[in-house]
Amino acid sequence: MSGRVITITSGKGGVGKTTVSANLSVALALLGQHITAIDLDIGLRNLDIVLGMENRIIYDIVDVVRGQCHLYQALIRDKRIAGLQLLPASQTHDKTAVSAEDMVAICDELRSNNDFVLVDSPAGIEQGFHNAVAPADDVVIVTTPEVSAVRSADRIIGLIEGIGKGPGRLIINRIKPGMVKRGDMLDTFDVIEFLAIDLLGVVPEDESILVATNQGTPVAFQQSSPASRAFHNIAHRLLGEDVPFMPLFEEQEGVLDRLRRALRLR
Amino acid sequence: MTEAPNATGSRSLPTEKKPEAESPDLTTTRAAASMRRTGDVEIKGTRKGLSITLGQGEWETMLHELDERLQKATAFFQGSQVNLHAGRRELSQYQLNEIMQLLSGHQINLAALETLSKSTGEAAQQMGIRLSLPEVSYAGLEQQPLREACSEGLLLRRTLRSGQAIRHPGHVVIIGDVNPGAEVVAGGDVVVWGRLQGMVQAGALGDDEAIVCALELRPMQLRIGSYIATSPEDQGGSSKHPEVASVIDGQIVARPWRSK
Repeated sequence: MSGRVITITSGKGGVGKTTVSANLSVALALLGQHITAIDLDIGLRNLDIVLGMENRIIYDIVDVVRGQCHLYQALIRDKRIAGLQLLPASQTHDKTAVSAEDMVAICDELRSNNDFVLVDSPAGIEQGFHNAVAPADDVVIVTTPEVSAVRSADRIIGLIEGIGKGPGRLIINRIKPGMVKRGDMLDTFDVIEFLAIDLLGVVPEDESILVATNQGTPVAFQQSSPASRAFHNIAHRLLGEDVPFMPLFEEQEGVLDRLRRALRLR
Repeated sequence: MTEAPNATGSRSLPTEKKPEAESPDLTTTRAAASMRRTGDVEIKGTRKGLSITLGQGEWETMLHELDERLQKATAFFQGSQVNLHAGRRELSQYQLNEIMQLLSGHQINLAALETLSKSTGEAAQQMGIRLSLPEVSYAGLEQQPLREACSEGLLLRRTLRSGQAIRHPGHVVIIGDVNPGAEVVAGGDVVVWGRLQGMVQAGALGDDEAIVCALELRPMQLRIGSYIATSPEDQGGSSKHPEVASVIDGQIVARPWRSK
């Protein structure tokens, strides 16, 4: 088995890298894949919180790099699904504690018994970002439909192209169908036209994400919410399946609009 | 190509003059740009980057002229690597030091010194300056005046993304977009076959006659020679058709491009 290393990055903070990493990990594991998520946000870790594994951390990635434990001692297995494990970040060190070579070595070791290794990159374009991208076979760029986030994504794509890791694929997170419809938000087409890279998925803004994050149970566990469906579709696309894009705006808005119209008519 | 459908006319962009060129002697600027030899210093863009050639003229005058010329295109030279060609001229350590200081004052790095004089070479080596050997194929290029050297264009078939910068002493042609946050600095003209939304400087060596054209001309900032224009605030609907920007009567003006 030789797994693929996928790095999730964005440049700008707060666009949902960690949420995307957690949910894709869960969605892939639910599809029977063996997957290890690596939290590289050393010093500001939170993938463990989103995945609900915070209280089970004993060793972290810095311990692994420093040889204080074996890689397999640091991995935390998820109790809910088989095949999902987390390599947590350290909270007490900073990004310089790990080098790009360390990351390549760790990922090479994990490749041998995982289908996917998902690397959750820290925000910024400094060493943390370079560490995250160094081992990547694929890069996924997360952005939100805001001008500032899209600019950062553009910068990141340039940097990724610069080190020969291709332009990567894009996830547009937190789209609010209503706002797009009113023209108050950039829509998928604007973003794709500007960035000129392949779209991997569009995730709608969804309140259940917030609830799920606080409970440490990513939305991908419940198949019902719109965001969860979007993450599952992305997981299928990562497996190479051709999943049509959800007619997110038209369909959903259609139902709501019809309801609103009906209410207004009465 | 047919005429753009809504070619309503030219729009003039809010233009400023660069501060350091407050009272510009345009005739000399142009003369310098077209490389009529006003003195004994030549600044050229070559395949290998920028080069400065020193002639046999009087030292102080030459230094002064070099200083002035660099001053005119500060932004272009800043941070660049320059090859210095001293020819047969004999330079003392003191003189080398003077010229190094002048260059570093303009934030220019001396990449290498090329000299035919043995004593200059020895002096330079003692100061730790890298020497480069004169090249025959290269020498052919050296004879050309700037305008001709500039005609060696750079063709890029890609999109320039935020944070990426292109600096080229000649013309630059980009087939792709120039996104906001990207920079193009060219000694000659700039042609963008795509959307131009970043910062562009044409005629960066002091040529006010350079032009910038794009299929969609919406730069954050546009500089031509010593003129700087910022984008008008209201971008609505403007320039969905190809336009050409040039300096007309001290204003950077964008006109719709039409085939003759």
